[in-house]
Amino acid sequence: MNHPLPPETSDAPLAPGERLPKAKREKLSPESVAKIQEIAARFPDKLAGTLPALYIAQKEFGFLSLGAMKEVAAALGVPEGHVFGVATFYTMFRKRPVGRYHFEVCTNLSCALNGAAELLQKVIDRTGARPGEGPTADGMWSVEEVECLASCGSGPCIQINHGVFDEFVDEAKLEAIIDACRRGETAAWGE
Amino acid sequence: MLRGAGDLDNWHLKVYEGRWEGYQGMKKALKMEPTAVTAEVKASDIRGRGGAGFRTGLKWSFMPKDTPERKHTRYLVCNGDEGEPGTFKDRAILEYNPHQLIEGMIIGGWAMQCRMGFIYLRGEFSWLIDKLEAAIQEARDAGYLGRNILGTGWDFDILTYRGAGAYICGEETALLNSLEGRRGEPRVKPPFPASVGAFGQPTTVNNVETLAAVAPILRMGGAEYAKLGTPGNTGTRIYGVSGHVKRPGLYELPLGLPLEFLMNDLAGGSSTGAKIKAVIPGGSSAPVFTAKDFDCPLDFDTVRARGSMAGSGGLIVMDERTCMVQATLRLIKFYAHESCGQCTPCREGCNWMEMILHRLEHGQGRPDDLDLLASLPPRINMRTLCPLGDAACGPMESMLQKFRDEFEYHVQHKTCMPGTRSILPAAALAAH
Repeated sequence: MNHPLPPETSDAPLAPGERLPKAKREKLSPESVAKIQEIAARFPDKLAGTLPALYIAQKEFGFLSLGAMKEVAAALGVPEGHVFGVATFYTMFRKRPVGRYHFEVCTNLSCALNGAAELLQKVIDRTGARPGEGPTADGMWSVEEVECLASCGSGPCIQINHGVFDEFVDEAKLEAIIDACRRGETAAWGE
Repeated sequence: MLRGAGDLDNWHLKVYEGRWEGYQGMKKALKMEPTAVTAEVKASDIRGRGGAGFRTGLKWSFMPKDTPERKHTRYLVCNGDEGEPGTFKDRAILEYNPHQLIEGMIIGGWAMQCRMGFIYLRGEFSWLIDKLEAAIQEARDAGYLGRNILGTGWDFDILTYRGAGAYICGEETALLNSLEGRRGEPRVKPPFPASVGAFGQPTTVNNVETLAAVAPILRMGGAEYAKLGTPGNTGTRIYGVSGHVKRPGLYELPLGLPLEFLMNDLAGGSSTGAKIKAVIPGGSSAPVFTAKDFDCPLDFDTVRARGSMAGSGGLIVMDERTCMVQATLRLIKFYAHESCGQCTPCREGCNWMEMILHRLEHGQGRPDDLDLLASLPPRINMRTLCPLGDAACGPMESMLQKFRDEFEYHVQHKTCMPGTRSILPAAALAAH
């Protein structure tokens, strides 16, 4: 590689020869299989169920291991290669584990102009997680730089699991969020 | 379209009907012939709010008519894959005013005699999906969606579909591929979606804001709507202002008002005390404006005539302490990351531009780097299947042209121009 590339993040493509990490579980639950098939049946073509099915598998497995992708292919009745191709195309399908609280910090221009760089550094300092290095040893935190969260007018912005938080004008807000995570008061964020 | 924005109860059907004349436009449309509804939208002369500014009524009229040999299954797709830096308008409609979008889709569905509508949402909007689906269910329960809508004998329903973090899916054919459960790679055109779209059927793809504007058009009449704005650039649109302004946020205004009125009078001018140096007037893919263009009226044609584009209406304001090399690097990094990789000029070109900008930013710029950088956009522009490569070239070319002194300073002095401050994360910079 003859030019400087950004550090790998959890959404980075797999390097040549890199194997997908294994997940703890092997099979999708029967409920998830039924849900995948029910969603696919709503569309004119069952292939359209691929993205929703991958989200269901990701939620159940924690990330999309090769086993998870094969399970999705079996549930939909579509080729495994198709599912692998789709899963590796989209950044929100995680090919590696993330922490229980996954911080996605927008560092794109609008957020950057209002202090996203400082905010990212504070998240790194407070959680001990570093962008692209996977979850911390206790499995609690992971951090990722993301491209845009559509909160440009109220940036800088962080998405934590499914919760979006913006207007970080002082450190107190970040502290309060991290404390809420530590106390487990975060059900609404889709843990 | 921003009526009730900020009110957490505004999304409910009863609020929309009680306070905002909700579904009156739809009821009026369903009493009209479908072709007359399209004619009304044509009379409004509204142009698509997604970025390209194509005339919506004309787009609707491209849907094929049924013939004795073939009855078409047509689809209407709402493009809610809002993901361009600086653009955050659709999110407000989806969050606070989803029924106006649903009403617009029903009107559009009737006009084009579609059987099904899809709302394709960007994956990061996962927290919006439940609310949107609840609104759709409210419309179903009221008899506005589903079978035999208001006794017309016409069936129409809406499904939501969540993308998974690929900006390219905002391009209509990539969106259709994604909606079909495939990789979001743009398709070769022709055939255009109006003939072969979602699931191989005739399809119209419209932006959230465009569809949300359809209900008021039907309510007030196309001709009345066309009185808003300026001739050829009619109606209101939502401008998203971000960056170094005192009051960033969304402003719904008639087209044609000057940029400086929005930036200074409404958004409060510079938030940092430093003078405003540059504004990107239409989402991150628009070429940058400097002070001499701040009097530009914000409509599609004038902004284009002044060398930029009104695009998605997202204004990014930068003060004079912003290092334009860093700002350019941050934007080009986005396009390099989001290129789908199908076309070599875009895939390699965007990465190449990012690599050179990295070099400049890290004090490793070479004397011929600026000429090399300037030579790349012409090799990418218009040489790809979709406009993503072109979108990267807009800011790249204009930044280099208008702020060449800052780029030259980086080459000569291996650092940012004095008086500017870093906007990039130190952790990420150190790793490069």
